Amino acid sequence: MGARHVWPPEGISRIPYWIYSDPEIYAREQERIFSGPSWSYVALEAELPRAGDFKRTFIGEKPVVVVRDQEGAINVVENRCAHRGVQFCQKHLGNAAEFMCPYHQWTYDLKGNLIGVPFRRGVKKQGGMPADFDPKNHGLRKLKVARRHGVIFASFASDLEPLEGYFGPSMSALFDRVFDGRELRVLGYSRQLTPANWKLMFENIKDPYHASLLHVFLVSFGLFRADQPSKVQMDATGRHGALISWRGDQKKTEDHVDMKSLIDNFKLQDAALLEPVREFPEYTVVMTTLWPNLIIQQQSNTLAMRQLITRGPAAFELAWTYFGYADDDEDMTRRRLRQANLMGPAGFVSIDDSEVMKFSQAGVGPYPEGAGVMEMGGRDWKDEQHMVTESVIRAFYSYYRQVMEI
Amino acid sequence: MSAVERYLTLNSRDLRLELEELYAAYAACLDEERFEEWPDFFVEQCLYKIVPRENFERGLPLATWLCESKGYLADRVTAIRKTAVYAPRYVRRMVSGLRVLGWKEGMLEVRANYVALETLQDELTRVFNTGQYRDKLVVEEGRLKFKEKLCIFDSLLVPNSLIYPL
Repeated sequence: MGARHVWPPEGISRIPYWIYSDPEIYAREQERIFSGPSWSYVALEAELPRAGDFKRTFIGEKPVVVVRDQEGAINVVENRCAHRGVQFCQKHLGNAAEFMCPYHQWTYDLKGNLIGVPFRRGVKKQGGMPADFDPKNHGLRKLKVARRHGVIFASFASDLEPLEGYFGPSMSALFDRVFDGRELRVLGYSRQLTPANWKLMFENIKDPYHASLLHVFLVSFGLFRADQPSKVQMDATGRHGALISWRGDQKKTEDHVDMKSLIDNFKLQDAALLEPVREFPEYTVVMTTLWPNLIIQQQSNTLAMRQLITRGPAAFELAWTYFGYADDDEDMTRRRLRQANLMGPAGFVSIDDSEVMKFSQAGVGPYPEGAGVMEMGGRDWKDEQHMVTESVIRAFYSYYRQVMEI
Repeated sequence: MSAVERYLTLNSRDLRLELEELYAAYAACLDEERFEEWPDFFVEQCLYKIVPRENFERGLPLATWLCESKGYLADRVTAIRKTAVYAPRYVRRMVSGLRVLGWKEGMLEVRANYVALETLQDELTRVFNTGQYRDKLVVEEGRLKFKEKLCIFDSLLVPNSLIYPL
């Protein structure tokens, strides 16, 4: 790393702005984080119920295909022909008996093995592959796959810890709270392209401090307020985190003087949006961030996977997969679909986030020499029983710095 | 003759002219950011949805934007005006290829293509969203209003945020 890549001496209570725009840092993240020993979310099993069902997705910026084979196993392979590198799969979702690259028709089975090379023996005894060409050595590159309760993760690394250890006990418990083994039902997709560095998305979801200030909508309807019971939790490494809150008795207090956005007499004309039912034990909102590419959203009854796909240092795609359970009744499905209005590219709440992330990039990009101040709730990181803290962001960067060696 | 009868007996050219006028007025209302007037294009019990084409074609129920009543439309307007934080922008809607499919169960089915162009302060104007309106209209207060308006969009990857209605 060059001389300009010196982290401020204050440590994780400062975030240098060059990490959001430097192409060298971005390349290193692709190599060490997304292609390194991490489990990236790729799909829900409910998206691939039958043999041959596939999903085209990305880890970091690398295209991959997730496919269920004839034996029911899930395989994840690079979406890159072993011959000349063509991204052979172009559909988001589909069903196939095999994958064929359109360029020279090299054909692969659902496990990624090369099963066909046209003109391998030549034409009229002319040309053809060398006699020692062995298709076994030219299959698609296969990733390691791990599944837990219907959720599929993959890794480019060959040697890494099992998923349970990777999550750690506290994150595993939160994960199993939503993914309890029940069959899932996909409700739909939403995709947005945000002109900001991918880490700003993680910072946003790891930051409970902003929620009661930026999100006037949430605050006005008591969906999220700084004075409601809440906590933040992390795993032992700091790479994963969760913002947890539940409904309590909230009155207008002195603390609200700081919450300028509170509109007391603001009422919805159609209140159906805000008629959640208690579904999960204890908490009403749990937003979990799992290193390196997943946000699990449980905001009352709306459930979604938000998958981060990097698109260069200054942009990321957020792929939302909304889901419920196969045994949901109609009322519950309707509730999930209604509450989905809070989130996504047109979400009452998440519009604020995507816009502010863009503003962030517009500020930090041109000033790589600057640094963010991350001192709310202290300068270290640990679990807290409140939300007036940036602890989870500091934890993220503590781990990030180790992996990146910066 | 009641207003409903008048509409039912309009010849196709006159009906088409009325619809052209309605869709132009609808686009102008939004382009000019007269959002408070927008819900009046709908009846009380209405459905307004903006849906990614991939969800629509796969039969997946998720909408990017869902309003199930006129009150719900008004709540969206309140959010645009009072709660949402976003950068200043202009959005201009082009509606074309209007097709009148006819009356069915008391509702007039209409389809049209739309393009929404977005202009942000430091950026060139871009195609923000494009797709098809699939609408059902009914006669109320002597004029045609939307009972159902679906915006099925091709532009699956939304450029950051969808703030104003389509």
